[in-house]
Amino acid sequence: MSVELRDLRKAFGHVTALDDVSLTIAPGEFLALLGPSGSGKTTLLRVLAGLEFPDSGEVVIDNRSMHGVPARQRGVGFVFQHYALFRHMTVARNIAFGINVRPRHRRPKAREIRARVQSLLDLMEIGHLGQRYPEQISGGQRQRVALARALAIEPKLLLLDEPFGALDAKVRKNLRIWLRMLHDKMGLTSIFVTHDQTEAMEMADRIAVLRSGRIEEVGPPAKLYAEPASIFVHEFLGESVRFSGTVADGRMRVDALPDVGTATCSPSGPAVALIRPHEIGLLPGPGPARCERQETLGPLRRTRISVLDQAFDVLTPDGMWTPAVGQTCRLDLTRARVYPAADDRPG
Amino acid sequence: MRIAQRSALPGFAPSFAVTLVWLSLIVLIPLAALALRPWELGVLGVWRSVTEPRVVAALRLSFGTAALAAAINVPIGLLIAWVMVRYRFYGRNLADSLIDMPLALPTAVAGISLTALFAPKGWIGALLVPLGIKVAYTPLGILVALIFVGLPFVVRTLEPIIMDLPLEAEEVAATLGARRAQIVARIVLPALLPALLAGFGAALARGVGEYGSVIFIAGNMPMISEIAPLLIVIRLEQLDYAGAAALGLVMLLASFVILLLLNLLQRRMIVHA
Repeated sequence: MSVELRDLRKAFGHVTALDDVSLTIAPGEFLALLGPSGSGKTTLLRVLAGLEFPDSGEVVIDNRSMHGVPARQRGVGFVFQHYALFRHMTVARNIAFGINVRPRHRRPKAREIRARVQSLLDLMEIGHLGQRYPEQISGGQRQRVALARALAIEPKLLLLDEPFGALDAKVRKNLRIWLRMLHDKMGLTSIFVTHDQTEAMEMADRIAVLRSGRIEEVGPPAKLYAEPASIFVHEFLGESVRFSGTVADGRMRVDALPDVGTATCSPSGPAVALIRPHEIGLLPGPGPARCERQETLGPLRRTRISVLDQAFDVLTPDGMWTPAVGQTCRLDLTRARVYPAADDRPG
Repeated sequence: MRIAQRSALPGFAPSFAVTLVWLSLIVLIPLAALALRPWELGVLGVWRSVTEPRVVAALRLSFGTAALAAAINVPIGLLIAWVMVRYRFYGRNLADSLIDMPLALPTAVAGISLTALFAPKGWIGALLVPLGIKVAYTPLGILVALIFVGLPFVVRTLEPIIMDLPLEAEEVAATLGARRAQIVARIVLPALLPALLAGFGAALARGVGEYGSVIFIAGNMPMISEIAPLLIVIRLEQLDYAGAAALGLVMLLASFVILLLLNLLQRRMIVHA
């Protein structure tokens, strides 16, 4: 089922939560809404579910406008960060809730409901927990129950708000892979909110990066990582080392490194060059850069380099030339991406 | 008990001692005196004293009216508490202080005002006379007074619980297709049930012991509108101390059993809440 957001705006008092958000999600897609806290990603998810109403703009799900359609009629599965399980109901009754509240003529027989709940429990790999209460199971299991409860209404669109936020690192990693497989198996369209870029990169087909209520950039994770369109996205996705300088005649000159230049098509004027730690080249010879420290991390070597008042790590494959501690070297920044300094608004 | 052990929280011995002494002086010793006093009448005498028709009628009236008043206060109190917690409206602070008035007002003042209002010539009483409803000087008057004094107990018990109700549970229920009425019946009320019971218990306890506001509006006719606490006072005035204590003991035991049962019921509900 396709989802379309058109010019959504939403403000809480003086705070703008969504500022002209437009986005199209294809059927079967797994989309991550990524952004720092307060960027509006949860609000966007709640607007989609009908738990919040936009001041203007439109949500279209499956070619049907959701204007005036209440949450209970949208058939959208929603998983809250803290699961919001019904504490006074067993796991099985939690999962059956969405079926039990249907009008009688649309409600299956009790035996069918039981069978459906059991098959969902089995799908979630928690088949034996049906008669437990939410407080008697672990965090990861609660997450699965919340998911099963949302899936019980057979939603075509699944919304997840920080689905792994409350779990410890190991459980989180397993659940990620499992959830992605579940999504593919069930043919769902899913949108999930996260502030964890690794999570977004690992799971999503596409990532929408949000910043102060606006969509900064949308694209496949690899493209966003390799060719981010803005300073914000560059620094938000993965590690970045930043150099400021000036562009003149299609060449960027870094202030701290007068002899290092990078070709660019960025307009002339003050500029910022961003580069990932593994993209920086280290070249032998006297230069302004000095090696401070060095460690080998399995196949990679991490070299701490200082230039004037700036210090950063450089990652090189084991076996490449690197300066010894205390030695100076030259830097190769040809792989840096250059952005006009004017783009550098605080996020 | 861990009196002798070293603890990360020192001061167990002195604080426990103070608690014990204070509890004894204020609660245990007076209650023990109450429990011992009636028996100078002999077992048969106590039995006769508390099974007099007038006594039985008074006890039935006291407990029955208090239970009814508490039962009426539960839905009304729930509604008021809900509105106070979930909505922001003009005059909310004023309304909030009004709820506490029955606690702050001297009960006699409350009784006299209610009597004046509900007397056949009072503002409200005059409206009810043509309908054939008589409130003042009847058991109905007692009910009104007990509803009045019991309300804040229900509201104040429920408010913090409603405040802590996770809004997300209601939201998730909505996304699962539940109508508002279903959300209230299946999510909200079950979560509030223990607190509703606690509020009922508190209002009931207050109602059973209420004296000041009731005696003005009740009319105090033996067998009809005479409450048990008043009967105790009457016995005291007749210098029948043992008889007064016997009646007091019965009320104490009955209240204790009722509150104990309510507590047990509540505990059973909280286990999974």
